[in-house]
Amino acid sequence: MAHPAASASTRTGASPPQPPASWRQRLGRWDMKASPYAYISPFFILFGLVGLFPLLYTAYVSLHDWDLIGGQGDFVGLDNFTFVLDQPVFWDSLGNTVSIFLLSTVPQIVIALVLASLLHANIRARTFWRMGVLLPYVIAPVAVSLIFSRMFADQSGLVNAVLGHLGVDPIGWHRDSMPAHIVIANMVNFRWTGFNTLVLLAAMQAISRDLYEAAILDSAGRMRQFFSVTVPSVRPTIIFVVITSTIGGLQIFDEPRLYDTQGLGGSSGQWKTITLYLYELGWNQQRLGRAAAVAWLLFLLIIVFALVSNWLSRRIASGDDPVAVPRKARRAARRDASGSAAGTPAFSASSGDTPGSNT
Amino acid sequence: MSRPSVPYIEQTSGRGAARAARRRRGRDHGAARRPGRMTYVVLTVVALISIFPLYYALLLASSTSAEVAQHPIPSLIPGGHLGDNLVRVFESDIDLPRAVWNSVFVSVTTALAVVFLSTLAGFAFAKLRFKGRAGLLAFVVATMAVPTQLGVVPLFIVMRELGLTGSLWAVIIPGLASAFGVFWMTQYLQAALPYELVEAARIDGATTFRIFRSIVLPAARPALAMLGLFTFIGAWTNFFWPSIVLGTTNPTLPVALQLLQTGFFKDIPLIMTGVLVSVVPLLTLFVILGKQLVAGVMQGAIKG
Repeated sequence: MAHPAASASTRTGASPPQPPASWRQRLGRWDMKASPYAYISPFFILFGLVGLFPLLYTAYVSLHDWDLIGGQGDFVGLDNFTFVLDQPVFWDSLGNTVSIFLLSTVPQIVIALVLASLLHANIRARTFWRMGVLLPYVIAPVAVSLIFSRMFADQSGLVNAVLGHLGVDPIGWHRDSMPAHIVIANMVNFRWTGFNTLVLLAAMQAISRDLYEAAILDSAGRMRQFFSVTVPSVRPTIIFVVITSTIGGLQIFDEPRLYDTQGLGGSSGQWKTITLYLYELGWNQQRLGRAAAVAWLLFLLIIVFALVSNWLSRRIASGDDPVAVPRKARRAARRDASGSAAGTPAFSASSGDTPGSNT
Repeated sequence: MSRPSVPYIEQTSGRGAARAARRRRGRDHGAARRPGRMTYVVLTVVALISIFPLYYALLLASSTSAEVAQHPIPSLIPGGHLGDNLVRVFESDIDLPRAVWNSVFVSVTTALAVVFLSTLAGFAFAKLRFKGRAGLLAFVVATMAVPTQLGVVPLFIVMRELGLTGSLWAVIIPGLASAFGVFWMTQYLQAALPYELVEAARIDGATTFRIFRSIVLPAARPALAMLGLFTFIGAWTNFFWPSIVLGTTNPTLPVALQLLQTGFFKDIPLIMTGVLVSVVPLLTLFVILGKQLVAGVMQGAIKG
């Protein structure tokens, strides 16, 4: 091995003046051994510093009285948690978060699926439409919030004015909690639907044409192709989209924060979310220990929801294609199964056969 | 098996694959004929919804306060006051030129660093052999599921101990550990970079870093551009963490927008002008590079 290396360096002509072969050889072996670790270490060091350590340290902070200015105080055990759990405002913000999350994630993914399948068809000016769909993604959520908050202003807002012309009474988009949740959820949808559409579309591009040809031979219509070929084929991606939307959606902050000028989630917390409450505890009331407790509670909530949505999306986008079973047959099956077993057999026998499933 | 629940992003690329994909797409895919008019109607509606809020911001930004107060339904043609409002917003108490510069600095630095570090790690994971490779890669993927936002409290404490609060570095550093980036580059390089090329260079006596510089980086260009763009967008639009760690002293654009809203909340044209200032740079970038961005997403098809 000694002289190939030596002659090689003359061939490439780019190495520094030639040191003795054995030294080079040792250097080369060292390079082979150490380089991989050197190349991946920046990520691991950075992640440890700004990801893992803070996450664990949050637990430590949450067990202490911790003032924003004064710093670490006494060890208080679970007091921060009991304090937070005793606050009605925590439960209200939990309800708001879940409500906004459901109003955003569900329609968003349904619409993204439909849009992706439209874009998946052989349309003209493909790139143009795809760009059109992705456009909102480049607009900062803060900007979106400011615009929407104006459009949906209670007085002299665009939407209420239009509704007025149509003879509909103005809606309290900022006054009442459900309308506020709808607007905030739609800000999220505005930003993320197109992004998710493209992700799903990318997955659809990978579906084998043969599947569609077989479906067409079986005289399946467009709807049937969509439910029986497209949706089951992109199942792992649907799960991916659902999980990422869940993790993101439950941490919602930007949109509710900017929805009015106070940024506290409405005059009586109509749209105060958990992250907003966390911010308020930590940086307005300056109780970082309590804020850390909220962070952990939110973390638990995210884990629970991620597991639930994982389970749900596996059921809905099942690879075994329950929709292919004609509705009448399904109804009959359900009639048979009711009383004896829970759940339809078509739904339960599926998972574990596709990349991304880890059951 | 303990496979994480994120699906594989399988890189179906390389020139041949790209050509094949184009051919496939060129043919009819998913349906026997070109779609009907309804498809275009729906897509047009979606495109209009995409663009309308921005257009509405332009309408307000080109009006005077009095006009906005009088007409809740603006005329669909922009007014003539955009210039005045621009001057006013740049002369306001909020240091907007500084915010623009801060955003540019943060986004460019983050994007470049993430691309470099991710490609480096991706190369090691995809093409180098070392002990613990599989386990470490699984760890990287698993970290994608951890909501890093939840560490804000201690992260803030750490940044303050380091004396970095108010500094742009406090915004940049947490953004550098991109698990998605590492995973993305690993997937891409696994498919796009032939192992023989690395071996050949090695036999020619190239050091690992030289291989990285002169073979991996050029080979990774499409994926790298895509990762860079998405990181850039992410950094540019980020609000939560910058608003915590920068406070009001040294804002990036989104933070400045918030200040504009709380400071001038009656002056809607002014706020909307600020919105436009924050949106236009990215929009321009999107118009220029959007095609590649979209193509990039398609290329990195997440296989079903």
